Amino acid sequence: MIKVDVRGMSCPQPVLITKNAVNSNPKEIEIIADDNTAVNNISRFLKISGYKYEVNEIKEDYIINAKK
Amino acid sequence: MDSKKGIIFTGALVGIIAVLLVKLGNPKNMGFCIACFIRDISGGLGFHRAAVVQYLRPEVMGLVLGSFAVASLKKEFNVKGGSSPFIRFTLGVTVMIGALMFLGCPLRMVLRLAGGDLNAIVGIAGFTFGIILGIASLNKGFSLKRNYKLPKSEGYIFPVMNIFLVVLLILAPSFIFFSEKGPGSMHAPALIALACGLIVGILSQRTRLCMVGGIRDLILFKDTYLISGFIAILVFTLIGNLSLGYFNMGFEAQPVAHSDGLWNFLGMVLCGWSSVLLGGCPMRQLILSGEGNTDSVITVIGMFVGAAICHNFALAASPKGPSPNGKIAVIACLLVVGLISYLNSDMANLKSKGKGVA
Repeated sequence: MIKVDVRGMSCPQPVLITKNAVNSNPKEIEIIADDNTAVNNISRFLKISGYKYEVNEIKEDYIINAKK
Repeated sequence: MDSKKGIIFTGALVGIIAVLLVKLGNPKNMGFCIACFIRDISGGLGFHRAAVVQYLRPEVMGLVLGSFAVASLKKEFNVKGGSSPFIRFTLGVTVMIGALMFLGCPLRMVLRLAGGDLNAIVGIAGFTFGIILGIASLNKGFSLKRNYKLPKSEGYIFPVMNIFLVVLLILAPSFIFFSEKGPGSMHAPALIALACGLIVGILSQRTRLCMVGGIRDLILFKDTYLISGFIAILVFTLIGNLSLGYFNMGFEAQPVAHSDGLWNFLGMVLCGWSSVLLGGCPMRQLILSGEGNTDSVITVIGMFVGAAICHNFALAASPKGPSPNGKIAVIACLLVVGLISYLNSDMANLKSKGKGVA
C-alpha cells in the first residue's frame, strides 16, 4: 500500500501527487488531505482511474482509502 | 454541490447574471470581469488616475462575502497561508498585466465570445497555450510549497475590508473616484450588483468553479467537471445575448476590446500561465480569499497593484490597441513567469542539490 500526504498543498498539487502515486498502479492507496477541495478533486481522479474509495474525516484531516 | 449538475447550474446562472448586469447598466460583454472590476476598484480608491475606469464594483465584494458566508456556514472557513506569498503577489501582478493587454480576465474572455467578439477565440487560443506552459511547469515539479494554518483573525481581515468597500460605495465620500464617462461610469444599480456577486460567490464556493481549472483538468486528468461550468457560462450567455439583441459577431468595433491578434494572444498566454502556477483563475482567487486563504488574498492584492501599475505606466491596452509600454511589459512578464516556473521546479532544485554534493 502506498501512503501519500498532500496536506498544505494548493490546487492542483494534491491531485497531481496522487496521480504520480497511481502511476505505479498500487492495489491500495491512502491519501491524507486537509482541504475539502483537494478531497473532491482526488475523489474524482480516483474514480476516473478505476479505484473505489472512502473518505473519513479525522479531526481536521481527511483520510482517503482507495482500492482497485 | 460537487456534481456536474451543480457546476452546470452555476455556470448557467453566471451566464444569465452576466447578461442581466449588462441589461442593467454594466458595459457590454462585461457583465462580470474580475480583472476589469478589480482595476475599477483600484481606480476608485485612487491608486491609479485613469478617469474612465474608476468605480467600486460591488460584484467583487459580493463574490468575497458570498464565499465567506457559505464557507463559514459549511465549516469550510479554513485560515491558511505562507505558501510563497511574494511570488504569489508577483504572479497576481502578471495575471493583471496579461489580462489588461487582452482587456479581460478568463471569465470575460468567455463572455466576449458569447457576445460574438471573435477576438476572444484568439484569447482562448493564447489562454490554452499559457495553461499548457503551466502544466509543463507542474509536470517538471513546480511547487510554491505548502501552506500553514493561521489564526482565524488573519482570515477575517479581507472580508471585513470588503464590507468597508461596500460602505464606501454607499456613502460615496469625496475621496472615492467615480468615473463620469467610459466603462467605469457604466454600472448596474449597486445593490443588485452586490446581490448578483453574493449569489455567484456562494455557488462558486460550493462548486469550485474555475476558468483555468476547466482546461487544465481536462488536459491533465481528462476530468470534465470544471470545463462543464466553463461551457455552461458560454452557452447561457450566448442565449441571453441572442435574446436581448446584444450578439454582434466580428473582430472589429467590439465593446471594450481591440483586434490586435498577436497581443490578444500573448496577453492571455501570460494570464493563463500565471493562473495555472497560482492554482486558479482570478475569480477563484477571490472565492478562496473569502474562504480564509491568505495566499489568495495576497494574489488579489497583487492584481490590485498590477491594475494600478498598468494604468500609471500606460501598460493597459485600450480599444485603440496595445500600447508600446504594454508590449514591453507583457514580454518582460513572460520572462519573469518563465523564471519563476524554473526556479520553483525540480529542474532548479536538482541542479542546486547537485552543486551541494559536489
